[in-house]
Amino acid sequence: MKGVGIVSYGAYVPHFRIVPDEIGKVWGVDGKAMGKGLMISSKSVPAPDEDTITISVEAARNMMSRCDVDPKDIGALYVGSESHPYAVKPSGAIVAEAIEAAPDLTVADFEFACKAGTAAMQACMGLVGAGMVKYAVAIGADTSQGAPGDALEYSASAGGAAFLIGAEKVIATIDDTYSYTTDTPDFWRREGQLYPRHGGRFTGEPAYFKHVISGGKMLLERTGMSPEDYTYAVFHQPNGKFPTRAAKQLGFSAEQIKASLLVPQIGNTYSGAVPLGLAAILDEAKPGDRIFAVAYGSGAGSDAFDITVTDEMATFKREAAPTLNELMANPKYLDYATYAKFKGVIAKERD
Amino acid sequence: MATAPRFWRENPSRYNMVGFKCNSCGKFYFPPRIICPLCHRKSVGKTEPVKMKGTGAIFSFTEIHEGMDEHNVQKPYIVAMVELDEGVKVTGQVIDCDVCDLSIGTRVRATLRKLSEEGSAGVIHYGYKFVPVRENGERPGDE
Repeated sequence: MKGVGIVSYGAYVPHFRIVPDEIGKVWGVDGKAMGKGLMISSKSVPAPDEDTITISVEAARNMMSRCDVDPKDIGALYVGSESHPYAVKPSGAIVAEAIEAAPDLTVADFEFACKAGTAAMQACMGLVGAGMVKYAVAIGADTSQGAPGDALEYSASAGGAAFLIGAEKVIATIDDTYSYTTDTPDFWRREGQLYPRHGGRFTGEPAYFKHVISGGKMLLERTGMSPEDYTYAVFHQPNGKFPTRAAKQLGFSAEQIKASLLVPQIGNTYSGAVPLGLAAILDEAKPGDRIFAVAYGSGAGSDAFDITVTDEMATFKREAAPTLNELMANPKYLDYATYAKFKGVIAKERD
Repeated sequence: MATAPRFWRENPSRYNMVGFKCNSCGKFYFPPRIICPLCHRKSVGKTEPVKMKGTGAIFSFTEIHEGMDEHNVQKPYIVAMVELDEGVKVTGQVIDCDVCDLSIGTRVRATLRKLSEEGSAGVIHYGYKFVPVRENGERPGDE
């Protein structure tokens, strides 16, 4: 797997936001306190004409505009999400057409709760490392669902990032990856159901923390690295508290996760969370920087990555697409009624 | 009622703004045509499909308050004639902005969004819409 890594990347976050106070007012809950507890001051909301496919396309186009790779050289494209617009019809086929990578490639949609995007990255690493394809695209994107009035409604948001994986002109090598998986029923959505169910506090210790800490520790053991060897770290961020605590438990400082902690501004982007955090790190990383990443998906598993930024970053066309800071700037805030309309919770009767 | 195959035939134009260039007179057209309306027979064999860059400026625009049912959720919404950098005028929705953010000449770029859905069980149609940009890539209103 030597030399395989990220050749380019791109991100996308919708323009609209809602604040926890606005949600709390409707349900008789102290939204400000809820937001403080979750460390979320606002969450992104997809426009009515946005979904996982449009978010993936925007992120993938930003990725392609930062490199000179011919889209016809892309041999695989995987979209990881738990909100694919179709139950049957691949999101990836539309994305592949939209970046002109079709038809000579393999495409599939991935699902593993919030870590489907990083699972796609691992599959891409394998295909490139084995020499089966020259380039592969891994996307993590979601327009996540939280039932009205449920605790998830304060955090479930939308966004995504795309990574071009290859072995030439790599801006960041992925030196190692490790996954930790068990059958843990902390969060699920049954076929045909609009909203997921979750195990409340059960989503913490036996789920998120067990898998993130185990995945992180095993990767550190395999690589022989220490937390202080890394410039940056990114952890799955369903809220602000969990990644902050996981970082501390593994020995990482608040400074190391500062660049990747996007959840206070945009909420939990599910499959987009670690990909977007990683994109935010790549927005400012310099050659030689080391990045530690652990994604988490309910059900449950973690994917951990050891990444090194290469000298190619010095000449990378980062400015050819918007950075996370630019994407998150100047959002439009919605009231709850407009938010509910955008999410399809309230609808006008048709004639 | 649109059908899936009819939209599917137009996907290259809807997704990637693939138009047409007449190499007899050099003019661009969108959507693609079979022959150049100016050069007629002279254009036969001298035309090629060309992908528009998707960037341009607003030529004229309006805010729609009584529109199509499928756009109910977005009302009022903005529709503009956009003069693409290739010189072609295209009609499309302008999104992620308020009408007060726009003026004639505002720079826009194409993005992919849902255009319509054939009900909750039918196919989803995707295609270009426009978002305003400043020269430095930021949205209007960004400070």
